[in-house]
Amino acid sequence: MAVQDYIRKRFFPHLWCQGCGHGIVLNSLIRAIEELGIRKNDLVMVSGIGCSSRITGYVDVHTLHTLHGRALAFATGVKMSRPELRVIVPMGDGDALAIGGNHFIHSARRNIDMTALVMNNQIYGMTGGQFSPLSGPGVKATTAPFGNIDHGFDVVKLATAAGASFVARTTTYHVHQMISILKEAISHKGFSVVEIMSQCPTYFGRKNKLGGAVDMLDYFKSHTTAKGSDAHKKDPLMIERGIFVKEDRPEYCSDYDMLVKELQLKGDA
Amino acid sequence: MDDNVRFLQGNDVCVQAALYAGLEFFAGYPITPSTEIAENLAYHLPRQGGKFIQMEDEIASMCAIIGASLTGRKVMTATSGPGFSLMQESLGFAIMAEIPCVIVNVQRGGPSTGLPTGPSQGDVLQARWGTHGDHAIIVLTASNHQDVFRMTVDAFNLAETYRTPVILLLDEVIGHMREKVILPEKGAIPVVDRLRTSVKAGIDYHPYLPREDGRLPMSDFGGEHRYHVTGLFHDMWGFPTTNPKIVHGLLRHLNDKIKNNISDINRMKEYFIDDARTILISYGSSARSALHVVHNRRARGERIGLLELQTLWPFPYTQVAEKCEKARQIVVVEMNMGQVLLQVKRAVSRPERVMLANRIDGVFITPTDIRNILRLIHGKGV
Repeated sequence: MAVQDYIRKRFFPHLWCQGCGHGIVLNSLIRAIEELGIRKNDLVMVSGIGCSSRITGYVDVHTLHTLHGRALAFATGVKMSRPELRVIVPMGDGDALAIGGNHFIHSARRNIDMTALVMNNQIYGMTGGQFSPLSGPGVKATTAPFGNIDHGFDVVKLATAAGASFVARTTTYHVHQMISILKEAISHKGFSVVEIMSQCPTYFGRKNKLGGAVDMLDYFKSHTTAKGSDAHKKDPLMIERGIFVKEDRPEYCSDYDMLVKELQLKGDA
Repeated sequence: MDDNVRFLQGNDVCVQAALYAGLEFFAGYPITPSTEIAENLAYHLPRQGGKFIQMEDEIASMCAIIGASLTGRKVMTATSGPGFSLMQESLGFAIMAEIPCVIVNVQRGGPSTGLPTGPSQGDVLQARWGTHGDHAIIVLTASNHQDVFRMTVDAFNLAETYRTPVILLLDEVIGHMREKVILPEKGAIPVVDRLRTSVKAGIDYHPYLPREDGRLPMSDFGGEHRYHVTGLFHDMWGFPTTNPKIVHGLLRHLNDKIKNNISDINRMKEYFIDDARTILISYGSSARSALHVVHNRRARGERIGLLELQTLWPFPYTQVAEKCEKARQIVVVEMNMGQVLLQVKRAVSRPERVMLANRIDGVFITPTDIRNILRLIHGKGV
């Protein structure tokens, strides 16, 4: 199937600002899905609220645009009910880790088979540029006019500690890596987390004087490096990209099905 | 037939009835006094191939049942006051996106943590208006275990018929009390299955275009039709819109589909109403004490009757007004500060006839409590 067959053309042009990284995520995500050859009827995408969440409207699969922070909880209902369906959950940074933080760690703990994308632009874009739990100290935002004193999460460490069996990070500059990581994440059996650093030139870039979209992409190029690279050893402030966790672990829905089968074998059903 | 006679807690009866109605998916979080519903379903659902999941909180529980309902399952969650408060946002989502689901609230004393093990009926108005925005909702209640069974099955039936969340508002007394119940044979109570679209694959399916009768046939996630579901105002494809005409039409539809069907949704029971000079109006466990008073006083020749409400919302204003037209006094018996009283006063002519007999101290209202209040009303002192 062609890449454009996965989108709902009649709803374009999309609502994201010029230069926004989310369109690159949409493009890469569809390419990953297309390369994996997933049938549209077998795929459910569940999103929360924010700029990121609008991605579901543009994809011609079963799409559920839910409440702020709750996408993973809705997705858990879908997946638990129909484990044969593939579930992808694109979220923003505030969406996934501020209001949705509890659902994030518990989904990871259960290791339920779905792919969580954290489209991390370090800001609340839809509401006009407030700091998020991934902004980090020193960042300027409309709710941090004198510089942020709030410390940020490290998504990779958080997801790993919470029990996600696949954890990766990439950026909108590294499109080929993004497609390849997304393919692995979607194919992985278990809870997979992919942090995608995405640029918001309109709010994050403007507030923090980072230039336009191209400058911000250039920043991703120059300030990130492959996991375990020499560049990172020389400069530990470089952000690592790549796959950090990939393990075979018992998956929630499979375990539940096994429990049901055992009950039936015992004749207890 | 004797096999069907049980001695059960109200919460157990609710579970039996939910399974009878075709429950396939339950998500919940422990909270007194509703926990037995989750415990029982954790035992029964996997044995029948159904799904049970204990979520991280009530917010997640409500979200999970909505997700599961979209895949074509009959779904339920159960909670009490604090958990019900947490569910309000996603309850609104289910109303907006028209997702059939059943929410059981076994009421306890509030506000806040309140009285976890004490009875109350303080959530009547929260059930109506707890979630934001203009909306309609169906709320059922029951005063005995046979009725708990029936109302639970009806809750599922109405949820499917009107594509809406239905709240089953029980209370601590009903949830924890044990009494005899006869479990109906299969087929004895009608069970409404989900209305699915007959539109074939490849033909444009409109998930939010009501048929002439107002109903909206669904298509399961994972099926042949791919569409968008959102809590935003949306068009007939489910895609977000701010078009004033569509916004207005959808808000009207969400309210009218319930309001215009009160006669189908309303359930009430009446005892000795026809010649009654005093009419008690009650519901849930309070109605048990009210009925006891009515039977005792009728035996002594007093013209007193009981109107027991089983549908609290949409409130049956017209029906209540008709039943109460000839009564000299109308006494609303409830365990709150007058939440149904307010509706009855709105419903009837000469609202000065309407008085309240209540308890709000976490103790079940007894027939003696009601009798004492009636004596005061009738000018006889205590």
